[in-house]
Amino acid sequence: MQRFADLLDRLILTPSRNGKLRLMEDYFRAVPDPERGWAVAAITRDLDIRSVKPAMLREMTAERVDAELFALSYDYVGDLGETISLIWPGKRGANYQATLTEVVETLNSMSRTEARGTVATWLDALDPTARWALIKLITGGLRIGVGARLVKQALANFGDRPIQEIEELWHGLAPPYTKLFEWLEGKADKPENAMKAPFRPVMLAHAIEEADKARIDLSENAFEWKWDGIRVQAVAEGGQTRLYSRTGDDISNAFPDLVESMAFDAAIDGELLVYDPSEPPFAVRPFNDLQQRLNRKTVTKRMLTDYPAFIRAYDLLWHDGQDLRGLPFEERRALLERFIETEKPARFDLSPNVVVESWEHLAELRANPPLDAIEGLMLKKLSSVYVPGRPKGEWWKWKRQPFLIDAVLMYAQRGHGKRSSYYSDYTFGCWREDENGEDELVPVGKAYHGFTDEELKKIDRYVRNNTIDRFGPVRSVKASKEEGLVLEVAFEGLARSKRHKSGVSMRFPRISRLRWDKPAAEADRLETLEAMIPE
Amino acid sequence: MIRPDQLLCPSPAGLYCPPGDFYIDPVRPVDRAVITHGHADHARAGHGTVLATPETLAIMAVRYGEEFTARRQSLGYGETTSINGVEVSFAPAGHVLGSAQAITKWKGMTIVCTGDYKRREDPTCPPFEPVPCHVFISEATFGLPVFVHPDTRGEIANLLGSVQRNPDRAHLVGAYALGKAQRIITLLRLMGYDRPIYIHGALQRLCDLYEEHGIDLGELRPATIDAKDGSGKQDFAGQIIIAPPSAIQDKWARRFPDPLPAFASGWMRVRQRAKQRGVELPLIISDHADWTELTDTITEVDPEELWVTHGREEALVRWASLKGLKAKPLSLVGYEDEND
Ligand SMILES: [Zn+2]
Ligand SMILES: [Zn+2]
Repeated sequence: MQRFADLLDRLILTPSRNGKLRLMEDYFRAVPDPERGWAVAAITRDLDIRSVKPAMLREMTAERVDAELFALSYDYVGDLGETISLIWPGKRGANYQATLTEVVETLNSMSRTEARGTVATWLDALDPTARWALIKLITGGLRIGVGARLVKQALANFGDRPIQEIEELWHGLAPPYTKLFEWLEGKADKPENAMKAPFRPVMLAHAIEEADKARIDLSENAFEWKWDGIRVQAVAEGGQTRLYSRTGDDISNAFPDLVESMAFDAAIDGELLVYDPSEPPFAVRPFNDLQQRLNRKTVTKRMLTDYPAFIRAYDLLWHDGQDLRGLPFEERRALLERFIETEKPARFDLSPNVVVESWEHLAELRANPPLDAIEGLMLKKLSSVYVPGRPKGEWWKWKRQPFLIDAVLMYAQRGHGKRSSYYSDYTFGCWREDENGEDELVPVGKAYHGFTDEELKKIDRYVRNNTIDRFGPVRSVKASKEEGLVLEVAFEGLARSKRHKSGVSMRFPRISRLRWDKPAAEADRLETLEAMIPE
Repeated sequence: MIRPDQLLCPSPAGLYCPPGDFYIDPVRPVDRAVITHGHADHARAGHGTVLATPETLAIMAVRYGEEFTARRQSLGYGETTSINGVEVSFAPAGHVLGSAQAITKWKGMTIVCTGDYKRREDPTCPPFEPVPCHVFISEATFGLPVFVHPDTRGEIANLLGSVQRNPDRAHLVGAYALGKAQRIITLLRLMGYDRPIYIHGALQRLCDLYEEHGIDLGELRPATIDAKDGSGKQDFAGQIIIAPPSAIQDKWARRFPDPLPAFASGWMRVRQRAKQRGVELPLIISDHADWTELTDTITEVDPEELWVTHGREEALVRWASLKGLKAKPLSLVGYEDEND
């Protein structure tokens, strides 16, 4: 545990990418299996560990530390896990230090009450850094600013292999990745039989900025709509079928209707969408309908019939044993068209080509797309080969303008990680009439980015100086017609929602400007938002 | 017997002694000041008479010039003097060179004012001595139970380990110019580091002063690179450079090869503090007592009453009340409770 904790601690404080890679490589070299594999899983957040509720840790701490002293400390430190790790009175002589492997294995085989006692003995023996790592690990709050891709890069460096090989293998592997390490150390063959239907890292587009236009020759590009669903990769090989998100997460379980229909041998890059069952295929429904099918533990029959899913195909990456990614886009597109035509996969159709004559024409299409389910346009260079990541100058996206409203700050919550000492998560509201005919603010959304560090400090100060109430990490601030901070909020779309008091839910809201100049009474009304909801 | 606040009481200028007509560590110019140690928020220039240890008087003269006060009165540890009938003496506080607890006695009442103090190893000054008293006035810079500093030599070992692992990087260690810098240097020497240590220009005079007081700092060299041609830059790879905390993130730092910012301070205990300052190597080394040292010291001194000043007063007062010890915060203004 100690070495893992030291690794995390250094990763947090090391700003450079190369520095982080080196720390991980050194760790892989120094630490044996299965410990290093569990560490990889913990950092990439692929670790399936029976979690312990922060409330339980708080209770355990309350048995050992005076409540007032704890409250003063928590207020100062700002992060619950860190406060507990520092304030926990270690036990003299308790020097048996649990390994990461032991933590993972023991916790998963234990009842909640047993876990309580065991976690306490672990905490007793560890130093504050290791306690912190343990707490973050078992409460599922391990955020250290190292993405899965960086870990894979470190593994690639460690074994002196291209990262692409690791990414393609990844989904056939499971923690603690012993076979992977054996291969990387040259002690065994590549564990590729582990998996058919692998994930192929996704190619992404750059957003077009004004300055880019001069460098883009429209005649060298193909055009498509940018569909407002989720980007996926559908792979079927020798009877094995998988549906991946664009980050490579396996989301097959959420879409059995789609996966069952995949009777081909191919890897298709496309947009997952929901269609209207009452119309001929495939009338695309707005994103909100797709939302009904995301993040659900179980898929009901009802959901499958009311919100059937399909894929609008963008690209063909692999077909009948052949990797097509090295071919230019133009050729892949022709193969994709032939594939759809001849195999007629039931839940797939082709993302149509759009004919574009000029930048003016493109701008017009972008401003007036024929459907709500379109969020912009894609430009793909005809000669572009399919490579992972965001290569310069190959693919471009030009998204529809975001929606903008002015809303009033109502609540602020402490942030996480680097921002734990600031109030950085904001709930904002718009005006509506209550039962007595008086105007009231109703929360319409939550945002925690879009502002600069300077602006964050200013809002934080505003929150602290204008607090009217506190509940745990949340403060409610002055928000009336006379007093209040107006935030200009940008968002990508709006849908009706029964779960929200306002009846609307926003997609990707962010703070676009602080309107210190604008009186709270002049912020937007809920009716303005309702008018933005697509039919 | 008299009440304690007849002997010492808070006032806008600092802690005041009415019968002796003097102040302890006043924050504005007064006729007569008793100064516990040379840190700028305790020792200011412009008083009529300053009573302090000879080391503290020397430090003040270096920092403010020989004219820092109209009259100096030197009092060594263990010596006693009388100011208008109030007995005043000094005992070591273990904080920095010359640092003292101010002991005041009058009509059977004894009050000890610690100034700043610590109980850990510091080769640059004599260790803190507990003095029996009625009222103990303790600092509380790290007065929260989350502040339990790790073993100091372990932190120095972390620095040496980092130097070994990163032989291509210049290690810039931020440390306060008075006390912390010299303590780090002497600890490095005690742990066998005998290479030259480079120092920022702002540390030179105080390091010289420490040497004059018999504290051996080993070979020190100025951390200078020719600004024009950058010659000698590579000589700093894998070296230790000590600088004031503000300098390690400054333009000044960028002249060194792949600088690795370190900061020696008790505040480095809180991870986000280190992260916010852009510190890559936090060294939890403090010249102030941590929570354990504070509570152990109060228990050992066992006063009838505890007064708590600069820092996080509430928690220490709460701890005292849980123990049944009479305690109150002394809300004195003008001390920088973030220095370490
Ligand atoms: Zn001090
Ligand atoms: Zn002080």
